[in-house]
Amino acid sequence: MNNEHYLLAIETSCDETAVAIIKNETELVANVVASQIESHKRFGGVVPEIASRHHIEQITITLEEALHQADLTLDDMEAICVTEGPGLVGALLVGVNAAKGLAFSKQKPLVGVHHIAGHIYASRLDNEFRFPLLSLVVSGGHTELVLMRGHNDFEVIGETRDDAAGEAYDKVARLLKLPYPGGPEIDKLAREGEATIDFPRAWLEEDSFDFSFSGLKSAVINRLHNASQKGETLKPEDVAASFQESVVDVLSTKAKKAAETYGVHQLVVAGGVAANSGLRQALEETFENTDIELLIPPLKYCTDNAAMIAAAGAVAYRQGHRASWDLNAHPGLDLEKYGKRGAVL
Amino acid sequence: MNILAIDTSNYVLGVAVIKNHEVAGEWVTNVKKNHSVRLMPAIDQMMKETETSPEELDLIAVAQGPGSFTGVRIGMATAKSMAYALDIPVTGISSLEVLARQGTFFEGLICPFFDARRGRVYTGLYDGKMNVVMEEENIDMDTWLEKVEAMKQPILFISQDLALFRERIEAKMGDNAVFPTAAHQYARPSYLALAAMKTPASAMHTLSPNYLRLPEAEQKWLNRQEK
Ligand SMILES: [Zn+2]
Repeated sequence: MNNEHYLLAIETSCDETAVAIIKNETELVANVVASQIESHKRFGGVVPEIASRHHIEQITITLEEALHQADLTLDDMEAICVTEGPGLVGALLVGVNAAKGLAFSKQKPLVGVHHIAGHIYASRLDNEFRFPLLSLVVSGGHTELVLMRGHNDFEVIGETRDDAAGEAYDKVARLLKLPYPGGPEIDKLAREGEATIDFPRAWLEEDSFDFSFSGLKSAVINRLHNASQKGETLKPEDVAASFQESVVDVLSTKAKKAAETYGVHQLVVAGGVAANSGLRQALEETFENTDIELLIPPLKYCTDNAAMIAAAGAVAYRQGHRASWDLNAHPGLDLEKYGKRGAVL
Repeated sequence: MNILAIDTSNYVLGVAVIKNHEVAGEWVTNVKKNHSVRLMPAIDQMMKETETSPEELDLIAVAQGPGSFTGVRIGMATAKSMAYALDIPVTGISSLEVLARQGTFFEGLICPFFDARRGRVYTGLYDGKMNVVMEEENIDMDTWLEKVEAMKQPILFISQDLALFRERIEAKMGDNAVFPTAAHQYARPSYLALAAMKTPASAMHTLSPNYLRLPEAEQKWLNRQEK
């Protein structure tokens, strides 16, 4: 028997066409991301139809580049993994159908992967998981605390009741007239300012691990409005720093409290906002003198990529998750239900 | 020469397998159901029924649009990835040409069209030998009818959306409007395969749908720039 098990993964859930190849579950041998960010800039956000059009133009080019990078062929792959949701339906469909085409042509198993499971499993490329662990998922569409008692065993113990943290970042960035995408711009600006404005923190009920960012967003709007009424000038750097401090404070405090409540060994930070330097720093300080190991993926694995889909897909594949030829895109795929698939089979 | 033909560009879902230049199998539905769910099971079934393995294929033919943006991409993602995996050529054929071929034996001009909403159609004009007489475009149906009526010739109108436009066509064209039977209103994938045999292969990586329409956001953006 050969001891080299390769999996190929495709990710097209939003505005990155990505293909990766992984060896023995955690060893990355190819990772290609074709970013479309420039095409969406002038619209101030991702336009789904434009994203889908780019995916269909990039898909085989990206595939070829990944196989070339790995110096392998499709015949070397044991299975084909693909993001089936959540995400933009038209964008997901390109990846799903391309994956089916590959898997059918080579008569290989097909594995559907949850995008958020992918973000969490990005950390396993560098560090083995020790359960129970807690994941703080923060991205444009998600702000969640996910408890994992084993592989692919997800329990969402807290989530946002209104806006995702990433959404709040985008809205405040627009208020400050920063270019798209706003998150990194606020982060940059915040480093040059001081948190002089006392924006609210939504702690919600004492025992809740849920989040809420709509109040903070309104507070920023009101503060900017009042300032302009009074002819007072607020330094955008300070607004950014104050806003960021409020978000980061709530995220790190809630993450720590949940981590202690559930007695976890690791806190795994996942999602695009994990690239935020303010959040990384606050979490490092929060977990510095605790027994909880903090796992934050390298910057390139925070944004969407297929390496993370391969990492999550490898575990799903080992657990027996198999998709049939009628696999569809699932823009609202549920994380907890997705995790239970292996147990059913 | 073994060909797999895939058409998911409109409501019709069509899959055909050509084996040694013969139509070994063909499957067509005209129902409003999800192409993404049904395409690969249909291919699997057709390949099994015709006892064709993927490695035996020599060419993939795919309907390139115009039609449903998402629909065309489902077929194209499948076709491109299969061609890549099997290292065989892929040929994109206009969905309008595939439709026009239902009128192969008509002695006159052939006008296939798809409803493009708000009174517009995706259409073009062909002769019986499938030469393009008028380039395909996305156009207001009344404007289009003005143009084709001026040819003063019998024209066969083929479309799954015939019912929507039939009265308008008859009013404008009079006796020169010819309509097919219901059996000839739908694109058959065997014609797609046939067309692909006569057409040079596409460049696999850059093959992409012929949308005949910009994304809405881009159109609006352009309109704003013009102001
Ligand atoms: Zn993501």
